[in-house]
Amino acid sequence: MKGVRHYPGFLPLTILCLVVLYTPLIVVAVYSFNASTSITSWGGFSLRWYGEVFTGREAARFGQAAWNSITIALMAATTATVIATAAALAMVRGGPFRGRQASFALINLPLMVPEIVIAVATLIFFSTIGLRTGYLTILLAHITFCIPFAYLPIAARLEGIEGTYEQAARDLYATRAQAFRLILLPLMMPGVISGWLLAFIISLDDFIITNFVKGAGMETLPTAIFGSVKQGIKPNIMAISTLMLLVSVLFVTAAYLINRKGRQSP
Amino acid sequence: MAGPGRGTGSGDATYRALVRPLLIPSWLVIGILMVLPVALMAVYSFLTKEFRGGVIWDFTLAAYDQFFLDRGLFGDEPPRIEWTYITIFWRSIWQAVLATLLCLLIGFPTAWFIATRPARTRGIWLFLVTIPYWVNLLIRTVSLRFLLRDQGPMNEALMSLGLISSPISIINTNLAVQIGLFYSYLPFMVLPIYAAVERYNFALSEAAADLYASRWATLREIVLPVVKPGIIAGCILVFIPSLGAFLAPDLLGGAKTFMIGSLIDEQFRGSQGNWPFGAAVAMILMTLVLIVLLVYARAQGRAPR
Amino acid sequence: MTAAVDLKNVVKRYGPVTALHGVSLAIADNEFFTLLGPSGCGKTTLLRLIAGFEDISEGEIRLFDKDIAGLEPNLRPVNTVFQHYALFPHMTVLDNVAFGLKMKGVDPVARRARAGQMLEMVHLSAFADRFPSQLSGGQQQRVALARALAPEPKVLLLDEPLSALDLKLRQAMRVELKQLQEQTGITFIFVTHDQEEALTMSDRIAVMSAGRVQQIGTARDIYEAPENRFVADFIGETNLLQVDVAAVREGRATVVLPGGKQIVCPASGTSSGRHNLSIRPERLTISDNADLMATVERVVYLGTDLQVIAHLDSGEPISLRLQNAARVSLPEPGQRIGLHLEEGGARLLAD
Repeated sequence: MKGVRHYPGFLPLTILCLVVLYTPLIVVAVYSFNASTSITSWGGFSLRWYGEVFTGREAARFGQAAWNSITIALMAATTATVIATAAALAMVRGGPFRGRQASFALINLPLMVPEIVIAVATLIFFSTIGLRTGYLTILLAHITFCIPFAYLPIAARLEGIEGTYEQAARDLYATRAQAFRLILLPLMMPGVISGWLLAFIISLDDFIITNFVKGAGMETLPTAIFGSVKQGIKPNIMAISTLMLLVSVLFVTAAYLINRKGRQSP
Repeated sequence: MAGPGRGTGSGDATYRALVRPLLIPSWLVIGILMVLPVALMAVYSFLTKEFRGGVIWDFTLAAYDQFFLDRGLFGDEPPRIEWTYITIFWRSIWQAVLATLLCLLIGFPTAWFIATRPARTRGIWLFLVTIPYWVNLLIRTVSLRFLLRDQGPMNEALMSLGLISSPISIINTNLAVQIGLFYSYLPFMVLPIYAAVERYNFALSEAAADLYASRWATLREIVLPVVKPGIIAGCILVFIPSLGAFLAPDLLGGAKTFMIGSLIDEQFRGSQGNWPFGAAVAMILMTLVLIVLLVYARAQGRAPR
Repeated sequence: MTAAVDLKNVVKRYGPVTALHGVSLAIADNEFFTLLGPSGCGKTTLLRLIAGFEDISEGEIRLFDKDIAGLEPNLRPVNTVFQHYALFPHMTVLDNVAFGLKMKGVDPVARRARAGQMLEMVHLSAFADRFPSQLSGGQQQRVALARALAPEPKVLLLDEPLSALDLKLRQAMRVELKQLQEQTGITFIFVTHDQEEALTMSDRIAVMSAGRVQQIGTARDIYEAPENRFVADFIGETNLLQVDVAAVREGRATVVLPGGKQIVCPASGTSSGRHNLSIRPERLTISDNADLMATVERVVYLGTDLQVIAHLDSGEPISLRLQNAARVSLPEPGQRIGLHLEEGGARLLAD
């Protein structure tokens, strides 16, 4: 008898799940260190493709794309986090009110509608109002779909903070603004940070919507990689992919650690 | 001093009223940059296409006519049902359903296994499943394509092991697209089910076992019904993006594996595009998704709390 | 003398629900005042109105003769000890205690000194640099007290502060709270549903039920002279017997007990007819000089006491408590006994 939690076969399926998820990533990471120009055969360990990423023929193009990606992600994640924090305060601390359900649906709308539909709609919108597609249109689109990703961890965190903390602060002579700045904001910070990190990653990752609203000549890292892959997978792409993989892992680790710390303190 | 209590406010009610307006920025941004565009897209689906890509503001049903009806090459024959696009939709739905089932088959045991680990190791397992969730989908799909190529590492490994004599061609088949969808959205299935299993009261399983239920009978009769909301949420999270997927069919499939996402994308590329038709296809896709979500919402509404 | 807190006809409504129906109370300065009642009786709502977390719907609320209705909580010289303490988890114990002083603009040196003193008072000086999560429940409780007392409020509100502690600690804290109140001279308003807590600490108690104050008085008043059925029943144990009132005069009633015997007892209200007579179980003794005749059903052993559960000849249940002294004989189930009612042991209730 191994207890009601045990089901035979679940461990092998879990391992299968992880193998499926990781094999392609590990294979690409390994091949990014391949010395051979041919992507098929192994020619020994080398960092030449990483050098190629930073100094090679396509370095300028990918460099510009990476710059666009990072600046857009920084601005989009920050703006979306501010909007989402405000929304979470209203939703969690606002009590029951008319339109609360509708507001919740609205905030989560970008998660419900398929990306390709958002892409089409956004392109049509910018085209109709005569806004030239480019950096600005990408940024606006990213802010919009980042909001729910930032919202969810922030609201979850806020729901875990009892209202009595703010009351206690007010009782101890703090104004509303002081109660927010000195008590509520520090307490909800772990949620705000993980919301920001997730929004940042989501923005950095987006391909479909960006591809629609980027306009000619403007590239972000994913669209640049996609364009390059269309002509075949080259080793420098594998090096870039591995670097981006690393960034994702770092971000998830950061979010994980912040969340764990946040759970321990209150 | 103001009259007792009335008109002035110091308490919670005032606080609640003060924070509610903080919703306005999110209403404005999502309203203007998402709701309005979707409404505009609906309008576009009834406009006339312009040949250089774009629209003429003449209202017509041409886009939907093109989707559903075949009037011959010159448009002068009696209308028959146009199967081209319906077939693409049908294929997309099937692929999405299959991917959902496959994800469920692997995802549920994984979620259960992780949720039943001791608290100390659970975090690590969860962390392992979460990482791929946040890795760029394009990079993951490209990696899969690299792995599955005819001369790719998978075929080489199988051949050097002597399991096959010549490479298996997977790329450009429905199978490759299916693997791609499964691989892309598997974490979306695991996480919500995990959340549901974590809240599951294992005393229920013990009670069932006490009342002579076998392990599998307990799973069927008690566990699955109780964690159903998590399972349905996972299925929705896999099904919806699979239905509108673009990267997996585009990078792993070919002409015969064309799906809705590619069909829409094509309408907005260069001068060959047809914006009203693309908008119409997007509308039909969104309607499908809306139906699925409504069924889900109703099922949630009926569920006991 | 001016009341510390003066409530006049305070009504609190939440939409269609009325939580308080015209409550009037005057709490004296330097008093340990307790709001006692079952959950949902409105006692916590009343406390939150005084603190300023809720606005009153009607009526008047005065603090040392100053109308404070509509005044923000941070502008009221009133502090609260919250039920689950609400200690700020991201601040050290010392910073928690100093918070109110910081908000009042006390300079850092002075407020640290004052917070240190407060911690000394609650015997927690050694824990100043810890975080609340590193303290036990009892320690957190003391920090919450120190934090609320540090700004020297005119009134301290305590919202069931002992409910999260275990029995031993709770009993020790009762004594400490009472001492603290006497030491500081601050008016304490204490909310609880635990009558033992209320009876042991309070100068006066307001018994509340269904959004109304049922009775205000000292512990002795409300126990010995309950004014109505709710108070008699809620405070301690009591036997309620339906009796015929023969005559009422000057607060004393002549009533006919089941079995026909007439007695004279104190009465609340002055009506005649059929009313409830409250008899405390410990005021009954087994005696040949019987006012009531009963048949024993069970004897329950309670340690210091014995509870005898019986029924009267008229069928009504009655229970009595006997001290567990070295007695000659215990009543046996089925035995018929005579019950003697001590002088002043019964009280006729108004409703």
